[in-house]
Amino acid sequence: MKSLISSPYTHGDSSLQQVMLQVVFALIPAIGIHFWFFGWGIITNILLATLFCLGFEAIVMWLRRRPIQTTLFDGSALVTAVLLAITIPPLSPWWLILVGSLAAIVFAKQIYGGLGFNPFNPAMIGFVVLLISFPKEMTQWVAPIANGEQGIGLMQSLQIVFGSTGLDALTGATPLDALKTGIRMGGEVSGVMAATPIYGQFAGFGWESVNLAILAGGLWMLWRKTIRWHVPVAMLGSLAAISTLFYLIDPSRYADPIFHLLGGGAILGAFFIATDPVSGATSTKGRIIFGIGIGLFTYIIRSWGGYPDGVAFGILLMNMAAPMIDYYTQPKVFGQKG
Amino acid sequence: MFTATITLSLLAIIFGLILGYAAIRFKIDSDPVVDQIDAILPQTQCGQCSYPGCRPYAEAISSGEADINRCPPGGESTIQALADLLGVDAKPLDPEAGEVKPEKLVAVIDEQTCIGCTLCIQACPVDAILGAAKQMHTIIGPECTGCELCLPPCPVDCILMVPVKTDANHWKWPFPNPDAGLHEAQR
Amino acid sequence: MNSVNRKLWKYNGGLHLEDHKTCSNQMESRELPMPKRLTIPMQQHIGEAAHPIVKVGDKVLKGEMIAESSARVSAPIHAPTSGTIVEIAPMPMPHPAALDAVTIILESDGLDQWCELHPIENYRHVSSDELRDRIRDAGIVGLGGAGFPSYIKLDPGQHFAIETLILNGAECEPYITCDDRLMRERPEAILDGARIMRHALHAKRCIIAIEDNKPEAFAALERAQSQSGQADIELVLVPTLYPTGGERQLIKVLTGKEVPSQGRTLDIGIISHNVTTAATIADAVIDGIPLINRMITVTGESITTPQNIRAPIGAPIEALLDFAGRENGVETQLVMGGPMMGISLNSASLPVIKTSNCFMLQPKQPTVPESPCIRCGECAVVCPAELLPQQLYWHSRAREFEKVQDYNLFDCIECGCCSYVCPSNIPLVHYYRFAKTEVWAQEREKEAANIARMRHEHRQARQEKAELEKQERMRKKKAALKDKEKGGTDDAAKKAAIKAAMDRAKAKREANQNPEAAAPTDVPSQEAAATETQPATIPESTSKSES
Repeated sequence: MKSLISSPYTHGDSSLQQVMLQVVFALIPAIGIHFWFFGWGIITNILLATLFCLGFEAIVMWLRRRPIQTTLFDGSALVTAVLLAITIPPLSPWWLILVGSLAAIVFAKQIYGGLGFNPFNPAMIGFVVLLISFPKEMTQWVAPIANGEQGIGLMQSLQIVFGSTGLDALTGATPLDALKTGIRMGGEVSGVMAATPIYGQFAGFGWESVNLAILAGGLWMLWRKTIRWHVPVAMLGSLAAISTLFYLIDPSRYADPIFHLLGGGAILGAFFIATDPVSGATSTKGRIIFGIGIGLFTYIIRSWGGYPDGVAFGILLMNMAAPMIDYYTQPKVFGQKG
Repeated sequence: MFTATITLSLLAIIFGLILGYAAIRFKIDSDPVVDQIDAILPQTQCGQCSYPGCRPYAEAISSGEADINRCPPGGESTIQALADLLGVDAKPLDPEAGEVKPEKLVAVIDEQTCIGCTLCIQACPVDAILGAAKQMHTIIGPECTGCELCLPPCPVDCILMVPVKTDANHWKWPFPNPDAGLHEAQR
Repeated sequence: MNSVNRKLWKYNGGLHLEDHKTCSNQMESRELPMPKRLTIPMQQHIGEAAHPIVKVGDKVLKGEMIAESSARVSAPIHAPTSGTIVEIAPMPMPHPAALDAVTIILESDGLDQWCELHPIENYRHVSSDELRDRIRDAGIVGLGGAGFPSYIKLDPGQHFAIETLILNGAECEPYITCDDRLMRERPEAILDGARIMRHALHAKRCIIAIEDNKPEAFAALERAQSQSGQADIELVLVPTLYPTGGERQLIKVLTGKEVPSQGRTLDIGIISHNVTTAATIADAVIDGIPLINRMITVTGESITTPQNIRAPIGAPIEALLDFAGRENGVETQLVMGGPMMGISLNSASLPVIKTSNCFMLQPKQPTVPESPCIRCGECAVVCPAELLPQQLYWHSRAREFEKVQDYNLFDCIECGCCSYVCPSNIPLVHYYRFAKTEVWAQEREKEAANIARMRHEHRQARQEKAELEKQERMRKKKAALKDKEKGGTDDAAKKAAIKAAMDRAKAKREANQNPEAAAPTDVPSQEAAATETQPATIPESTSKSES
């Protein structure tokens, strides 16, 4: 008998590849701004991460004797690569990216069975593994290029990435990192911010622009319905709410909500990582709980934890809780209400 | 030292009493295990397990005399269900008992050849054969379990095992072919 | 009475699909010339197949009943034209797997001669029961595609008072326009059907619901209602959204009420029927005409002139396709029903059946392999039954049939919205259909096992009883023997024995005179018991019959 196919005999125009590519497209403005402020680093990061991620994906698929081509071009490894590349410091050495890609693709994704089966977001696992293993490399960011300054050239960038030139002299701390160190050393928020040149208009020079570009990309995805609004709104809302609360209690020790929203990885996390459907909650109510949880964890880790930014940890913690959230937030079926 | 001993002993006694009470108070009256096993077995009554019917096999399993993998008509799903019920590991079907048949068969009597000997009527474990001495016999199709016990006694070999015909009310959708997926988007 | 500003409700999800209706609904419907041979399967509805009541060689008249069934969920079948029965045999029917059904082949004599019809003068003077019998005898089943015998849906029983009768003219599936055309061409028949059903159900009110992409159909019904001088039926335009034509969805839109999960519409005092069914019921009651033909949309990209055709049941599908014109050259795919819920047929020589509302001929689409589910949740967003399709998929795929039921598999209406939006191209509906039929099969097996267990236990009990009786007899015999040895000849005992023997002989004679009592009965246990109590006779009888 011929293989029998059930209805429907028509299909909408969405495909996995298209969903994944839309995520990458949405990041293009942010990548452009990033390039403008931080130079070639983001480009080398993305190229290397893409190469490594696709390479690992292909190797694992070959080992698992699965079709390599369809998996490689479904775009999921590309999304992981680009997200990983954006989260790690520009001009990171090649081996750092290699280790991050290995953790993301092989350990976080393929070992669990590949796309659709990973309980954690692969890019975040890659990032956190690097953050814990190589704290020095992961907290040294290229200083943003101010107006009129000359950035690091392409050739010099390549030399830095492949290890023949040191980077130390050119780097500084991230705004969140600087703030945390400043407060720990007894400073006040306004004082620390005024003393360091890296704070721009409201959330860190360069950073705020990149984050606004990421926000634009995120809003575009919302408009295209690539993502749904629940997780970003819940996450940013809860982060804004709790940071406003503490800002009102003691503005000298706690930064203002705008800084929290735009000064770190909150926007990227909210629109591009927490919205990863595979590792997140699925039901509407569940997604809101999931987003609120990430916002709270982010603030808690930023304010009282050991790491400058808490978005990655917040997302991974809530990834763990996602199956349970889904279990307890099952919607009522048609005809079972009331 | 002495106080500690007393305290611990008292605690032990109290918890022991609580546990003991709970064991009585919350005791779950479960069905006798034989009934539960019997409910899982397919009731073919074919005897391929070497016991004279499903119930004796269920009794043998519950007493530990027989293994759970001796029921060919039940196949893998029955072994799995028994393993789940009894908390043991599932194992492949015992080849000694027989093989799983790819499809369900029922017996049909070739009525031209039948001589009306009633031997099959005596063999049928579920009384699915109609007839009387020197009268032609016939099988009540829906009641036949496909146990094949009527085949050996028949002196003229007039009983055939035929596959059950699928009609619209019994047809099953096959498992989807993952390589076929869906039709491409229409433009 | 029609309300423009009527309050309507919304259900979850649904899809705005391109409706592709204008290609086929502009043209007046045409009548298919009577084919020479009609192929009439006995399974054209949900439920038991009908049994032929004609023989090969019989001459039948148009409208004559040729098959019937005593089962409740079944429907008789009638001859669509006059002619001769030339064959009765199992043949493939329009079914996903092209299963065989007993099929009557009727060769037309070209006269199209009606049998005697029995119109009901005034249905208002006739009882509900009589109307239901008429509708059953006319072989009418749900013509929207489901094929459930209509008379059952007109029989709410004594415990249910019917508040609302809904006539479903939503026709939400893309491409299909047969209801649309019928509403435009025969609005009076639909209104008559509505009134008949309302009378049979004693329903308080009646609503005809039409999607707002069919303003002409709405206008036609409005006109017919004002001409009839009665304003007893409410005509409602509902927003176009797939699957508003789903029974539960339409009820929600019109009344705000939800049919209980796994319950019936009856439970909330509502009955719904398709508009084409209504027109057919009007024909059956007012004119006495049984269901022998229907309006069918023939459409799709590979049809030259998509249109609606009135065709007899049993006409070969290819006759309809050729009547509308087929585009040559490309490999095509034939679907019965619409693109969302239809079934793919692998042959155009299959016949039209009662539930054929549309034949769609499209260029063959390549299939795309299934990708992993990324749990994007779009399926849940569009699901009109508010299920979690991705959960159902995981468990169906893993064959965890208890879990799928926990996730309310049987509330799925198989509308196909989830598969349509799935970015991973997962044939979700196929997984649900697979799981549903597996669950049903398991239930049947369980039922069969229970019956087998019961029969086996009865048999064992009988055998034990027989064994005991035998021992008892032996004991008595032995005791008698002992008595004999002890007491020598006992006249009284002897006389009693002789009398008993005479009585037995007499009884036997009487039994022989009355052969029915001696003939084998239908109860297997009795005769089996009879044979088993005298095992010694059996080898004898076999050897005799062999010699």
